[in-house]
Amino acid sequence: MQDASVLEEPNQREIVSFRVADQDFCIDIGHVREIRGWSETTPLPHTPEYVKGLVNLRGNVIPVIDLAHRLGLGHTDPGERHVIVITVCEERIAGLLVEAVSDIVTVDCAEMKHPPSLTSSAAREVVEGVFVIRESLVRMIDLARVLPSEAEVSE
Amino acid sequence: MTNRESLKAGFFQECEDLLETMSDSLARVELDAADHDAVNALFRAVHSIKGGAGAFGLDALVTFSHAFENLLDDIREDRVAARGEVMQLLYRAGDRMHDLVESEQNEQDPTQWQQQDGEHAALLDAISEACARTGHDDTGSEQAAEEGFVPMPLAIEMPGLPALDAPADDDSSGGHDGDDRWRITFKPLKSLYVLGNDPLPLIRALSTLCPLDVKADLSGLPPLGEMTWDEAYLSWEITPGDDCSAEEIREIFEFVVDDCVLELDRGNAQTPDRPSEKENPSEQIQASPATEALVVQAPGDAATSRGVRGASGQQAPRQSIRVDLDRVDRLINLVGELVISEAMLSQSLSEGGKFRDPAVEGALGQLKQLASELQERIMAIRAQSVKSLFQRMSRIVREAGHATGKEVRLVTDGEATEVDKTVIERLADPLTHMLRNAIDHGIETPETRRVAGKSPQGMVRMTAGHRSGQVIMEIADDGGGIDCDAVLSRAIERGLVSPEASLTTQEIYNLLFEPGFSTAQNVSNLSGRGVGMDVVRSEIQSLGGRVSIDSTLGQGTTVTISLPLTLAVVEGMLVEVAGETLVVPSSALRETMRAEAGMIHRLGPCDLVLSMRGTLIPVFDLGASIGERKMPLDINGMPVLMVETAAGMMIALTVDRILGQREVVIKGLSENYGLVRGIAAATVLGDGRIALIVDVDQLAQNAGIALEDSAARLTA
Amino acid sequence: MTLKILAVDDSFTMRGLLEQALHEAGFDVDLAEDGQHGLERLPESDPDVVITDINMPRLDGFGFIEAVRADRKHRGLPILVLTTESAETLKDRARKAGATGWIVKPFDEEKLVAAIRRVAAREI
Repeated sequence: MQDASVLEEPNQREIVSFRVADQDFCIDIGHVREIRGWSETTPLPHTPEYVKGLVNLRGNVIPVIDLAHRLGLGHTDPGERHVIVITVCEERIAGLLVEAVSDIVTVDCAEMKHPPSLTSSAAREVVEGVFVIRESLVRMIDLARVLPSEAEVSE
Repeated sequence: MTNRESLKAGFFQECEDLLETMSDSLARVELDAADHDAVNALFRAVHSIKGGAGAFGLDALVTFSHAFENLLDDIREDRVAARGEVMQLLYRAGDRMHDLVESEQNEQDPTQWQQQDGEHAALLDAISEACARTGHDDTGSEQAAEEGFVPMPLAIEMPGLPALDAPADDDSSGGHDGDDRWRITFKPLKSLYVLGNDPLPLIRALSTLCPLDVKADLSGLPPLGEMTWDEAYLSWEITPGDDCSAEEIREIFEFVVDDCVLELDRGNAQTPDRPSEKENPSEQIQASPATEALVVQAPGDAATSRGVRGASGQQAPRQSIRVDLDRVDRLINLVGELVISEAMLSQSLSEGGKFRDPAVEGALGQLKQLASELQERIMAIRAQSVKSLFQRMSRIVREAGHATGKEVRLVTDGEATEVDKTVIERLADPLTHMLRNAIDHGIETPETRRVAGKSPQGMVRMTAGHRSGQVIMEIADDGGGIDCDAVLSRAIERGLVSPEASLTTQEIYNLLFEPGFSTAQNVSNLSGRGVGMDVVRSEIQSLGGRVSIDSTLGQGTTVTISLPLTLAVVEGMLVEVAGETLVVPSSALRETMRAEAGMIHRLGPCDLVLSMRGTLIPVFDLGASIGERKMPLDINGMPVLMVETAAGMMIALTVDRILGQREVVIKGLSENYGLVRGIAAATVLGDGRIALIVDVDQLAQNAGIALEDSAARLTA
Repeated sequence: MTLKILAVDDSFTMRGLLEQALHEAGFDVDLAEDGQHGLERLPESDPDVVITDINMPRLDGFGFIEAVRADRKHRGLPILVLTTESAETLKDRARKAGATGWIVKPFDEEKLVAAIRRVAAREI
């Protein structure tokens, strides 16, 4: 894994932040493979609603998750301004549908705080912690929990 | 991975080959006990496993293969005949070798189950007993002394332990006082030079132990004219500086003890006084008559001629390289992408009207051909013959026959048939289960068979072959066949079918694949492990294959498996449903047609059937089946795909449009996502969009109760 | 000049182990898969020392050594045989065939080098 190890401070890590439903979220840059524009997905039957469908990434079939929907913040009606963040987590590749990628920031792990009591339980499930960056709250997402578990894959 | 680890991994890969050779040779020996080449090959395979196992410190494997090797040695020296019980013993030993290799590979501690498992000890005993009958009783412990030969000390690399023939209180380890230095007299004989030895490296090697004082004795040298070119005339007086033990010195001269006169003296004049041989530091080592006698015992000529004889008959070592499977798979993925890009290019050119250019068209045709050939060739890399699989199965048959007290012979055919490696690996479990079933439930006891006028020995025939682009495997037994009435009453008892239902014979056979079905009156140990034929079917289906049963009462049962040639490409019908493109595998497709008003019958508020050639076929809308829309109310005029499930049931799938037949590259969903009910996989279309590949059998299952209800109504 | 060793063994694993150990000891290594292959490799390889297994297909170690010795050119070529255990009968048969010495498997680098040191005409 090529995450924090490249940085001089062992406690520091680089994160990619993005906006979803007017809130800021982030994931470790080590998990991000690339960012691409929105393209139509092929819907998958019998899957949770937040699974937007499949896209073709250079011949690979990748599931795309509507992150807003996953976080219980209402479903996204994707258009040209939306982007898909292609992520890798535990060898699984998945796309996250987000409004826009805002920034790449270096943060200090020690500064991560427990997530505040959020409105949606879905969000609590996948938010690992919170950073305060330039006076705004950026929620760190636990990628492993974003994709449906084996049991949830086909409902 | 460290070098050593990768060598170890390589060793286990090699073991696979060696175990295969072993099984092969065992079969050849069984056919002809006098087949020396086969016995030799068998011996070599076991020997190589032992060698590698020794190198990696796999002691349990070393001990067992050593015992096995001894028995094989007796057989190749014609001291024991590989017949009857001995043959059975060889098979069991072979099976145990498989187990041992496997448990070492999985890093289980083989000694653990060996201790619990009395069978292992019994097997070792049986092997040593088989050897013992010939008076050759060396099994576990490696004792060269069996031949009446006193080994030279070899234990030099065990500091702190006394060497084999060195007294524990040996004061010869040196350095006590200046007078105690060794004096070595070394006179090479002619034979020393003949065997490629040379005094120089020996003295040089000695000098690495301690500083030496070396004097050549030229007194034996005749005048030049009288010299014979290959005679040895020189000798040396060597005085090591200090700290040099007799063992270390003898170790240096280990290779040449029989080819020289070597005297070790300590101090000056004291030596002759030393009493016993053991404690005497002065020892003369010379070619001994004992060695000569030994040669007679084991004539080198015989061994040599045997070794050479194979030269003409045996094939040269296979030219092959070992490649990491990941690399091949990466290549397969790349080629899959190449094929897709080619299709995309072709499509955009045709849409852009560029196809009118014959040069573009020609080049594109060539590209297409190259891409598809490349794909075919790369797929072939993953293909393996089913031989190893069949070999594993012969063991299953032996064990199952043993466990049930039935005599069963396995006959195989089509071992050379090649199938994708993954398919082979994943076939092992279902085949095992099917074979156990055949022996447990199919083959009768010898008594019953005699009464029925059959040979007391039952036969299971396992065949593999290619047929119309599919791999077909059959397991046929000559047992009692399937009793339809028993199956049906069982199914009714279990509530699988309603008592009123009248089923065709084929439908009754298919009941065997229903979850939780078991026909045996009392569930036996062997096949009744809670795994039923339903598991067999789902495993075969997950490989994209299908399984069916045919049987004749009193004559036997045949289970047929058909599998796609590769897991990576499937031929399918592209259809459009609710704006999405889907692929229905051709293997399930029987025909396509258009629904016409006269054929459509309504059975209930939402159940439709088509009447075709006198039969009624339930209708499902593909779009509704995958949850994209509701079942259309009127299907008149809609295209219909007639598909047959693995269970042999026909269903009609309505779609919006049939786009055409095409080979598509399978992209698994499970790597990045997971298994999706009703969907087998996905593929990338020529325009880059993704189409889902339909799993017809799961669709039918999804339709579930509705389907069974209508089927019951239809047949009632 | 580094010493060149020709190692003859039909076992893929054993060849790998030999190659690795010999390389680490600083020798040049040539490999052959059985006695027959060893004979074919010999002229081109022109080794300082040959190490050979005994049990091999096509041409076994004894046959291989005899064939090497039958060629006058290789009369003084040191040949070490690999034996799995201290089976004196094998050693003796190997001697009869013309083997110079032996290496007992499983070997370590030290044992291997010591055996080579005792037979190689050129200094290690």
